[in-house]
This record gives sequence, C-alpha cells and structure tokens, in this order.
Amino acid sequence: MELVGTPKKTVTARAAGLVACTRCARAWPLETEVCGRCGAKLISRDVNSLQRVWALWLVGLMCYVPANLYPMLRTQQLFSVDESTIIGGAVELAQHGAFGIATIILVASVVIPLGKFWAIAFLALSVREKGGYASRHRLLMYEVVEYIGRWSMIDIFVVAILSALVQLQGLASITPGPAAFFFALSVIFTMLSAQSFDPRMIWDAQADTDEASGNG
Amino acid sequence: MSDAAEFSRGPLEGLIICPVCDATYQLQRPKNGERAVCTRCHKVLIAPRAKAGMQIIAVSIAVVVLIIAASVFPFLKISAGGRSNAVSILDAALTFTEGPMLVLALLTAGFIIFVPLLRMLLTLYVLVPVVLDRPPAEHAIAAFRFSEALKPWSMAEIFALGCAVALVKVADLATVDFGPAFWMFGVLVVLVIVQDGYMCKWSVWNSLEHPKRR
Repeated sequence: MELVGTPKKTVTARAAGLVACTRCARAWPLETEVCGRCGAKLISRDVNSLQRVWALWLVGLMCYVPANLYPMLRTQQLFSVDESTIIGGAVELAQHGAFGIATIILVASVVIPLGKFWAIAFLALSVREKGGYASRHRLLMYEVVEYIGRWSMIDIFVVAILSALVQLQGLASITPGPAAFFFALSVIFTMLSAQSFDPRMIWDAQADTDEASGNG
Repeated sequence: MSDAAEFSRGPLEGLIICPVCDATYQLQRPKNGERAVCTRCHKVLIAPRAKAGMQIIAVSIAVVVLIIAASVFPFLKISAGGRSNAVSILDAALTFTEGPMLVLALLTAGFIIFVPLLRMLLTLYVLVPVVLDRPPAEHAIAAFRFSEALKPWSMAEIFALGCAVALVKVADLATVDFGPAFWMFGVLVVLVIVQDGYMCKWSVWNSLEHPKRR
C-alpha cells in the first residue's frame, strides 16, 4: 500500500499462515472456513477453480457457434423478408456507410468474445507452467477480460430494442432470431468462466519462478 | 520468513490482504480522499471519501426513482408512413416472448431493470442505518454481499450504448422520437457510474463489523 511502510518483499497470506477473504479483504487463520465479517467462503487457493473455468469456457464456446450460424434478426419490409446473422448484419451496415456502428457491432460481438475465449484459455494454461509472461501483464489481461466481457451483451440489447420498436403493422417489423438466445448464453457462460478464475494463481506461478531462479 | 511470522502473531484485525494477489499488509487507514493501493498488483484496497455515505444514499434514491419512472414511461417512438409505435424499456426487455426466448426476455429485463434496482435498494438498506450511526440493519451483511455479487450483472450502461446503435440502424427505416424515459435513462447511467466511484467496499465492511455505539 502506498500509505503503509512498504515491506521489502511481499508476504503472501498463505506464507504467513493466513487466508484472505476475497470479498472483504479481512485476514483469518489458514484453517478458517467462513469469513467472520462478511460470511464469504474462504479458500486459500481454489484448486478446483481451473476445472470450473474450463467447463464454463467450453459451454460458452459451444453456444458461440450457433450464435454465429443462425440469424440474429429477421426484418420484414412490405414484401421482403431479410434474415441476417451477426456478421452479415455488420457487413450490411458497412455497405450502407455506417462504418462506426458496424465497427461497434463487430468489436462487441466478434472481436471481444473471441479475444475473451483466447485470453481465458491463455491464462488458465499459463498458471500451470512456471514463468513465462510477467504477472503484471497477465493480471492486466485478467482485468481487461473481467471488465470488457459484459459489453458483449450490447448486441442482445440492440436486438431487443429493435424488435420492440420496429413493429409497424404491414410496413416493417423486426423479430429476434435464435442466434440471440445462443449469443446471450455464450456471454453469460464466459462471464461465469472468467469469474471462476482465481487471480492469485497468477502470482503464485511468478513467485515460484523467482524462488527457482534465486536458488539456481 | 520473519515477516510472515510477524503477521500471524499480531491481531488479525490489524491486517489487510489483497484479494487479487494475496499480498499481506499491516492495516493503516488512509485519510479521506487518499487511497491505499496494493504495491504488488496495484489493486485499490481502501479509498474512503468524506461524506461518501450520505452522497451514495442520495444518488441511490435518485436512481431508484429514475429506474421505476424510466421503465414505465415511453422510451422511444418510431413513425413511418403514418404508422407509429412507442415502447418503454420494459417493452424492449420483454420482446423475446416465444419458447426459449422467454428465458432471454427475463434475463434482459433482469440485467437492465431489476438487477440495478435491487442493487440500489440493497445499498440503501445497508447504508442508511450505518450513516445515521444506528446499529446495522438485520441481515445487512448478507444484503451487502448479495449486492456485490450482483455487480457484474447490472448492465444499464451497456443498454444505453445499445440504444445508440439501435437508433442508427433504424434511422433510415423510419423517424425516431425520444420519449421522457430516454433522458431519464441517460441521467440514470451517469448516476450509477458516480455511485460506483464513491463506494469504498472496505469501509462499508469495516463499519458493518464495528458499528458505532449511540
């Protein structure tokens, strides 16, 4: 902490025989099971966390495939019916000259989800092996994934607004396609997957490397 | 290892552990307006502000009123070729009505309206007694824990950006008018972000643990 006399070397709670409450930052003896202040479950290092991360990650990825194959929007105008997928819709927007919006849609529905799948997989794999990337970079990545993941929901909200709004009898109407359902599920499962990841493992891998290089 | 032994021997209440990287520190409360930051991972651990409690309560009440008003009043109005359609946020959230889409409707309504609303009510429930120097409300700890768990699922600000995107998509199809709820929702998004900035979790937990005696 800035305002506290900075210790020469950081001591982890585990090394000090303590366990941290990740919700309220209170310290407890290592064998404590439930935080006496906020009632959260205490686990020094969640060994099953990676299994949960991978399981939810896989479900998220499985939902992401139909989300891109099925149509997201069905637009009915007078005599024509137009079904567009996520990427198809963005391409259409770009053809109409709305490049800014096309970019937002592409970033929120394609770049962010794919980037998230890659980042979570990378983090989950990287904590298993010692060394490699600096913890600070990996933590930054984790924070970006946690913060930005929710923003993928934007496409679902756009579909919701459009389908509620554009209901002009006979003239034009917009209805949501099955992709909306799968896409929402995919976002939810990747968010849960990122939440299951225990960031303390990032620092453990780094600390082990430092120790190894110090001894050798 | 001498540091480590020192930590476990002293009173545990005098320690704070970074929830992100597990680094342990002797607790020293920063002054109002200053921040205590983890030296290893730069996570902000404590960030108290003067009169934050009162300000959060004021903002939360405003948000509750705005959420209720914004979900009932018409939000956007579209017109083309003599036909028009006005919708409220509740309509927008509940468009997915067929089969599995119903699940989606409930989720959307939850993310945009009910989760933000519930969070604000929980915040009020927890903070009002604390700020008024009364003993904490019954189950205040569980309420605050629930409110914190809901935080990532409160998506009002994302919905706001979604509106902007939707407007551009509709613009060449029909004319769009903004209803009163549209402006309310704009203010609401700003207030939700302001409230998050004022809230120091650690200070709330600490005051729940050590309520002031009257």
